[in-house]
Amino acid sequence: MEKTLHEISKSLNDGAVTSVEVCEAFLGKTEQMEPSIQAFISVDVEKILKMAVEADSRRTRGDSLSPLDGVPVALKDNIMEEGSVCSCASKILSNVTSPYDATVVAKMRAAGIIPFGRANMDEFAMGSTCENSAFAKTANPRDTTRVPGGSSGGSAAAVAAGEVPAALGSDTGGSIRQPASFCGVVGLKPTYGRVSRYGLVAFASSLDQIGPITRDTRDAALLLDAISGHDPKDSTSLNLESASLADTLAEPMDLKGIKIGLPKEYFERDGLDADVEKVVDEAIAKFKDMGAETVAVSLPHAEFAVAAYYVIATAEASANLARFDGIRYGQRSVDALDLMETYLKSRGDGFGEEVKRRILLGTFVLSSGYYDAYYLKAQKARTLIREDFEAAFEKCDIMLSPTTPTTAFKSGEFASDPLQMYLADIYTISLNLTGFCGISLPAGNSASDGMPVGVQLMGPALGEEKLLSVSHAFETSTVYTQY
Amino acid sequence: MEKYDVVIGLEVHVKVRTESKMFCSCANLYGAEPNTLVCPVCMGYPGVLPVPNKEAIRKTVLAGLMTSCDISKFSKFDRKSYFSPDMPKNYQISQYDLPFCLAGNILISGKRFSDREPLPEKSIGITRIHLEEDVAKSTHFPKSSGIDFNRAGGPLMEIVSEPDMTSADEAYAYLTVLKRIMRYADISNCDMEKGELRCDVNISLKPAGRKEFGTKIELKNLNSFRSIHRAIDHEIARQAAELDAGAPLSQETRGWNDDKGSTYLMRVKETESDYRYFPEPDLTPITFSDEEIDAIRAEMPETPDAKKQRFIENFGLTPYDSEVLTNEKAVADYFEKAATKSSNPKQIANWIISELLRELANSANEISECPVPPANLAELAELINKGTISGKIAKQVFTEMFQNGGSPAAIIEAKGLLQVSDSSAIESLVDQAITENQAQVEQYRTGNQKVLQYFVGQVMKLSKGKANPQMVVAMLKEKL
Repeated sequence: MEKTLHEISKSLNDGAVTSVEVCEAFLGKTEQMEPSIQAFISVDVEKILKMAVEADSRRTRGDSLSPLDGVPVALKDNIMEEGSVCSCASKILSNVTSPYDATVVAKMRAAGIIPFGRANMDEFAMGSTCENSAFAKTANPRDTTRVPGGSSGGSAAAVAAGEVPAALGSDTGGSIRQPASFCGVVGLKPTYGRVSRYGLVAFASSLDQIGPITRDTRDAALLLDAISGHDPKDSTSLNLESASLADTLAEPMDLKGIKIGLPKEYFERDGLDADVEKVVDEAIAKFKDMGAETVAVSLPHAEFAVAAYYVIATAEASANLARFDGIRYGQRSVDALDLMETYLKSRGDGFGEEVKRRILLGTFVLSSGYYDAYYLKAQKARTLIREDFEAAFEKCDIMLSPTTPTTAFKSGEFASDPLQMYLADIYTISLNLTGFCGISLPAGNSASDGMPVGVQLMGPALGEEKLLSVSHAFETSTVYTQY
Repeated sequence: MEKYDVVIGLEVHVKVRTESKMFCSCANLYGAEPNTLVCPVCMGYPGVLPVPNKEAIRKTVLAGLMTSCDISKFSKFDRKSYFSPDMPKNYQISQYDLPFCLAGNILISGKRFSDREPLPEKSIGITRIHLEEDVAKSTHFPKSSGIDFNRAGGPLMEIVSEPDMTSADEAYAYLTVLKRIMRYADISNCDMEKGELRCDVNISLKPAGRKEFGTKIELKNLNSFRSIHRAIDHEIARQAAELDAGAPLSQETRGWNDDKGSTYLMRVKETESDYRYFPEPDLTPITFSDEEIDAIRAEMPETPDAKKQRFIENFGLTPYDSEVLTNEKAVADYFEKAATKSSNPKQIANWIISELLRELANSANEISECPVPPANLAELAELINKGTISGKIAKQVFTEMFQNGGSPAAIIEAKGLLQVSDSSAIESLVDQAITENQAQVEQYRTGNQKVLQYFVGQVMKLSKGKANPQMVVAMLKEKL
């Protein structure tokens, strides 16, 4: 069976397969894998097949909406899809049906792409393991005793397990790139504002960005093309036409003259696993073989990124999640006697531990008397980090680093020590603070545990074209195959 | 000399008149069935994002320009967090440290509400004007509460005054002027009954002459300018009595009970509420160039004050008449149209004030619906001035114009109301009056001059009001 979007698209357009056949094949694989992987919160088989029939009839009539008409793509459970429950893997929203389509879903539908199931995640995208879901703990398809990463763990696991060719995730501090790295797939965080956030249930509004999780770079480009572009419903969306980045990947890019920056602070860290480092070093050597030049760059304020991130993200989250109060929709405690009890019980029962921890932290840093010391200082750090990145990109086209310091964690490894888990986000978080783009692509396996290792490529604002071209060139020349 | 100085500042919320709500495309309308003007955005559903209403921002800047504020070239929205069932997101998108308008003022004048004596002119400072979203409307039933989200998310301006007022009369005048400005610029109708204007009063007393402010009391639940005036007077007396008795006042919020005519304790403010303001990350900052501000300035209507002054200078009106005529922009516009067609603008002013406004009030019509166009009123006045009809007949004609429309000339023609200035016709009527009232003739001739008015009345009656009154008087004097 065809695995990637571009292969499926070609087969569909050649008449070699139908959308119904494609969807049935993925539904079959999902049925087979789900007992051990639990990548999905729900999959509506009837709805998917109905859309597949419609796509096939359009194609027969010569009315295809796009080359991707009839391909299935999974949605992370924090993306609103009209008529489906969008729970964010939280009890508090477990009965809330989306009254509207997120802009990315509307764009998918306009291209004929079939929303395929609601992928599991850490509750409200808060976590790095997918263990903070109220409904299921997703397993890493490469080793089911390990986590798939998070928060888009369901999306990454579904793609890695072959349950779906591609998925959408969301990345607030690495939530696309880290699970992609842990599961051995490609994860792209677009430049902030490139993809509309309308209909993405907000975690941290100034950091959140929807992006694709796919089997290869070309699919990431195809899916990004389908979902990006200016949205009048999102005031922070950039004034850009939809791109056609996938077209630029027809031939692998010649890397001669491309400068790849290596941030020294990222390689000098304690905690970078030696086997991960080895795979990353091999990737660097490979890039050099292909003609790229490496340059040392410095991100002196990068060490403050995790601290700044956990102040800003939790501050925004504390307000964003305030609306979940059981008054207008969502779970409302039935035995509350008055308004205050309704708030306390609905929210107390509805939110999980990690979400409560972050709401408390965010409420604290915004409180009178603490604002200047935390929120304001974090915003200053954010500016300095952005300036570091801008200066670094004057010396290079792309920066390269590990995506994560280690391979996938064992299940339950950080249950009692969230801070250690937060610190593992060190390589991914800065890109959210700067708003720049980044991709994690599989670069090999760890010699000790055999788990996939991802390499992160980082680009400046709206640098997706070069980022994807470099990633694609690496991918097409490497003998490393994931499947 | 008064024992205490009174310090009053007002926080006025004005609902901005726009087609749609502040951050979504729902209609910004009053009076629809509850919860029919709602969407996922103004209901605070997951995943929604706000898109600012440009017209509301333009009108807020306009309000700032009309009140001599500085317009911020860089401003932003912030989130103000607190939990309330009438607030869909449990935070309100508002403006914290960078509002659109800062440091303005308005001039109050006119008459005191309490005794209609002249109010000395005074400038009242405006601290700031910011824009935010309205909350929903809660209604409490015996065993439950209802929330109408139609109002939620409507554009709402908050206009904060300096603590520059010292009496209920000044507060009343400030609100009157502010409302007039908002209506002039079509920013809002400011109808308190529809919640288009809401006002909180901050009031404190301090021993006369002392610099430090006393304990601030906030008054809420004020439903009309009149109840604001009453509440302030009541509160001044209450606080003075407490201070006289040596009782320390606590910082509290008090409600106004209009039926009882007194304020009551709502809550004591022990600590400042912590709203955890931070910049709204879903919206980008808003910047204005000089050109953009100038473009809004160019659309600015003449302020009521400027218009009042101009009417006094150009049309020779008294300050009082000018004030009455400029109270509503539509009335002022009406006057100006009629006055420019008239040789006697003062006469037009009198007609509008004593006849037109009364008829409008009686028929509960707005001047925009007035059946008498300004040109017809001017024509009517000219007919009086030319002696074509008397003032008395003119009132008859005016009533006809108001009720059934038509030009004054046509009505006079149709009803045969033309003034009789033919001396032989008047003479025969005068003769008839003298013949029929011999007793009064005797009185007049024995020196009772007042009886002349009686004869004028008799002749006018015989002529059905059409005789030229000056000619009648002259002829009576001659014949008697």
